[in-house]
Amino acid sequence: MYDTGKVLIGLLVFAGIFLFPFLYNRGTAAPQPKPSLDTPAIKALPEKKCVEDTHFMITTHMQFLNEWRDQALREGNRWYVNKEGKKIWISLQNTCLKCHSNKKDFCDKCHNYAGVDPYCWDCHYDPNGSKL
Amino acid sequence: MAARILFPLAVVLAIVAVALIGGSISFLQPLFSVALLYVAFAIFFFGFIAKVINWAKSPVPFRIPTTAGQEFSLPWIKWSKIDNPSTLGGVLMRMFFEVCLFRSLFRNMRTDLRSGWLIHSPTKWLWLLALGFHYSFLIIAIRHLRLFLHPIPGVVETLDAIDGMFQIGIPPLYLSDIIISLCVTGLLIRRLFLPKVRFVSLAADYFPLFLIIAIITTGLLMRFVFRVDITAVKALANGIVSFHPVVPKGIGAIFFVHLALVCTLIAYFPFSKLMHMGGIFMSPTRNLANTSRMAYHENPWRQPPKFHSYEEYEDMYRDYMKEAGLPLERE
Repeated sequence: MYDTGKVLIGLLVFAGIFLFPFLYNRGTAAPQPKPSLDTPAIKALPEKKCVEDTHFMITTHMQFLNEWRDQALREGNRWYVNKEGKKIWISLQNTCLKCHSNKKDFCDKCHNYAGVDPYCWDCHYDPNGSKL
Repeated sequence: MAARILFPLAVVLAIVAVALIGGSISFLQPLFSVALLYVAFAIFFFGFIAKVINWAKSPVPFRIPTTAGQEFSLPWIKWSKIDNPSTLGGVLMRMFFEVCLFRSLFRNMRTDLRSGWLIHSPTKWLWLLALGFHYSFLIIAIRHLRLFLHPIPGVVETLDAIDGMFQIGIPPLYLSDIIISLCVTGLLIRRLFLPKVRFVSLAADYFPLFLIIAIITTGLLMRFVFRVDITAVKALANGIVSFHPVVPKGIGAIFFVHLALVCTLIAYFPFSKLMHMGGIFMSPTRNLANTSRMAYHENPWRQPPKFHSYEEYEDMYRDYMKEAGLPLERE
């Protein structure tokens, strides 16, 4: 091998960059968070059900809320009819957060885990006054 | 010529189909995520190192830099320090401009026959598309670290915020995604429709291009159309790099397609033109100072010449020479 010193420095830099994620976690995995459903409002529900099914809410709530915002604020239509035909009043504050009153243990848990910083809270505030 | 294009396209589509089926069957999901990723990472890592060592074994006995400017000569002749470097500093500058700003592509010229005149003119399209493509790719790769690392480093979060700063839609459309899509389309159009480029393009040129286009497409589809549970994806990615692999339930098949394409890309990496990532640093036409006439460069594998003096010759043939009556220096 020629220029061994220089090539080795280059390979060490490559190995350092490639192995960085493996070394950074030091063998401890961060488990998938479980957002808490433990609020008085949810407990009081006869049937634990969000406005749409759970899988849809987990994966697509952000697009869904965005549509709600457009519908409520830009079109002035505050009624949403879900897949079951139930009419729901569109309001983050009075519908979503009424049940999910635990922003810290519900919203933030997954958002922090996945490094998502939604701009909901640029306008809205958490009625329970947790630090935003 | 069409086979050069259609074959790699068919391979990419086959990977998509296989991963779509494998990703939809829950007991195959570990195979199409954990196993595939570890194998691909190992091939990439060791393959890359092996390739570089293999290259480093090739001797470069003489200085062969491309001289893209005036060589250092007399004090009153203007010397092109970066394009024809003869010092370490000059070489470092040249490598910096080459690696970070693609100076060679910036110097690209086109030659046309215009109304009987042969015209050379600068053309920057390739440079622009390549620069946009590579930097977007880098940003996208760094952004993906949010799925591997926990806690997420501030740099990654900041980059994410800057990349999505225009808050187009929800989830935000990243600028790097727009730029890479435009650039990769431009690069594909260039390869398909410029006759000269098309003529020199092989399957090995189209394959990575199709693969990357498929990766971008599945990534965007996953972000905006076929949503998956991102926390489950992070648990998987984070599990891989912390050697506690888990395959959470309920990740959509689109994720496995995206992953299979990425794994193909990184496993194919050490055997392909993509190795220019390491190769750029190893290019003797770029990383050597032009000291051909300043310093003595000895051929490193030169054998000491075997001399055979007249004395030895005479010793060897003395008897015969004597017999033939030839004059001898020593009796």
